[in-house]
Amino acid sequence: MSAPAAAPLPADQPALLLRWRLPLLAAVLATLPWIAPSQALAVNILIYGLYATGFNLLFGYTGLLSFGHAAFLGAGAYGTGIALARLGIGWFGAIAIGVAASGVLAVLIGALSIRSRGIYFSMVTLALAQLVYYIAFQADDWTGGENGLRGLTVSRLRVGPFALDFLNPVVKYYVIFGFVVAALWALSRVLNAPFGAAIEAIRENEGRALACGFDVRRMKLVAFALSGLVCGLAGALDALHLSIVPIDTLYYQTSGLAVMMALLGGAGTFLGPFIGAAIFLLIEDTFSLWTSHWQLFVGAIFILAVLFLPRGVWGSLIAWHQGRRA
Amino acid sequence: MQLDLIAVQLFTGVALGAVFVLLSIGLSVIFGMLGVVNFAHGAFYMTGAYAGVFCLAVTGNFWFALAAVPLLIGALGLGVERFLIRPLYGRGPDYPLLLTFGLGYVLVEAVRILFGTDGMPFDTPSLLAGGIDIEGLGYFPAYRLFVIAVTALILLLLWLLLERTRYGLIIRAGARDPEILSILGLDIARVWLLVFGLGTGLAALAGLLAAPMRSVNPEMGVAVLVEAFVVTVIGGMGSLLGGAIAGLLVGIVVSLTALWMPQMSTISMFALMTLVLLIRPQGLFGRGLSR
Repeated sequence: MSAPAAAPLPADQPALLLRWRLPLLAAVLATLPWIAPSQALAVNILIYGLYATGFNLLFGYTGLLSFGHAAFLGAGAYGTGIALARLGIGWFGAIAIGVAASGVLAVLIGALSIRSRGIYFSMVTLALAQLVYYIAFQADDWTGGENGLRGLTVSRLRVGPFALDFLNPVVKYYVIFGFVVAALWALSRVLNAPFGAAIEAIRENEGRALACGFDVRRMKLVAFALSGLVCGLAGALDALHLSIVPIDTLYYQTSGLAVMMALLGGAGTFLGPFIGAAIFLLIEDTFSLWTSHWQLFVGAIFILAVLFLPRGVWGSLIAWHQGRRA
Repeated sequence: MQLDLIAVQLFTGVALGAVFVLLSIGLSVIFGMLGVVNFAHGAFYMTGAYAGVFCLAVTGNFWFALAAVPLLIGALGLGVERFLIRPLYGRGPDYPLLLTFGLGYVLVEAVRILFGTDGMPFDTPSLLAGGIDIEGLGYFPAYRLFVIAVTALILLLLWLLLERTRYGLIIRAGARDPEILSILGLDIARVWLLVFGLGTGLAALAGLLAAPMRSVNPEMGVAVLVEAFVVTVIGGMGSLLGGAIAGLLVGIVVSLTALWMPQMSTISMFALMTLVLLIRPQGLFGRGLSR
């Protein structure tokens, strides 16, 4: 039972898809407001897709199952919210502060939790994220405590000489879209770089990666920090979108959300987390119309996915495609 | 600071710690044997408390509930292992973890459907309603003494089971090398089944015992799952002694911080965990990081 923590093995992806993954995803996301059942759902897919993608960098690519990513989504959201509502900083600076706060937190939590391995890692990340939750809960002068952080409505975005009407849902969507695509572009570059290959080597066999001369600890920490930065951006965008930061952003369930979305779509694939986020949010949207107990269905579907579709929807499609060609 | 205040708070800490001990030992036994981190452990704890509410409503007898609840939820655990977790062996430790996480969702929602989303009252059984007043030292509620006694008894029984019986020998051998055990002709799948049932039964017992002390609601399992993890990380995964000592330690630390710095009491256990991680990443009684 000393097997390395086994993240789902993604099949080798078709080269064509590998090259076009970013334009493909950007194109789908650009048309999303017209395909999705509602505007609100489209924005949520954008934000939570980015959140799950950031998580996936650590889980799917590096093989570290974190149960504490709510801390980074929350740090991004609270960082941005506090900068806007308490410090009166402009929207762009506020996003930068949120992302930076999340990065710093990720380095702190990462440095502590990568001291432990495998299953221990999941427990430690969960516990540390819960600590962040309790701290935010207590520090209500800054965070608003139980009621969440309010009063950060941004109605106009100043960009040089122009001002964008952020209350217009279409403008709002495409502003957030711009940030998400930029982050995905950066992430795609990182995954294509030697660093991307190295973290996948750590996932496949940590001992071997170490023997090959990689500084495994440092790479894990860098992956953790990058993952935190991406999730922090998702949090910052969520704060701008909602105009409030609910305390639940930091809760255990939010960490689980990233896990469920990444696994449903396909961990270790680039498009998987977005597909997972879309599936999850669609299920929530559909079932919550006729029952308040929609979580029962989400839980059951997740259990079925773990049992019968461990590669997730997108991962299974890729594997099926490979199988047909072989 | 008066001595009596500290004594009473220390006692409260030990009672709280007793619940942690039961929880983390169930978690630890399951992990030690099956290599599964049970993320539904908090949900089983919560179901235990609700099964207690149900038993009390039907029979009105706390002692009956005390005997029936661990058996009932233990049986539920047997079903979960047999039909949901068993298909996942050999796929790496992440999958059972993810599955039990989803199971936690389902259990919480099922309880919400059956009992409603609001909290439930759970009275201290009348026989244990009083307390003992020690002159100059303070007042000690009988129910908390009872919780401590039951936990001590369970620990003793578990120790006897593991160290002094044939079954214990099989369990310990299975934790070390399941393959050899099956080569020797023992049905390892059955051992795993029973161990999972035992672990969930212990979680349910913890939930029932905690019900009169902490509130009963569908979300009660979430906080407690994290607390059990903290205890297990501090004590060292797979170590019974570690779980017992760390459980008591965390209980005492939490209630003593509640005395001096009330707003820090939920945070103190995490600080303790961080400290242990920095000094001994494998936990106080852990055996290295091989897993």
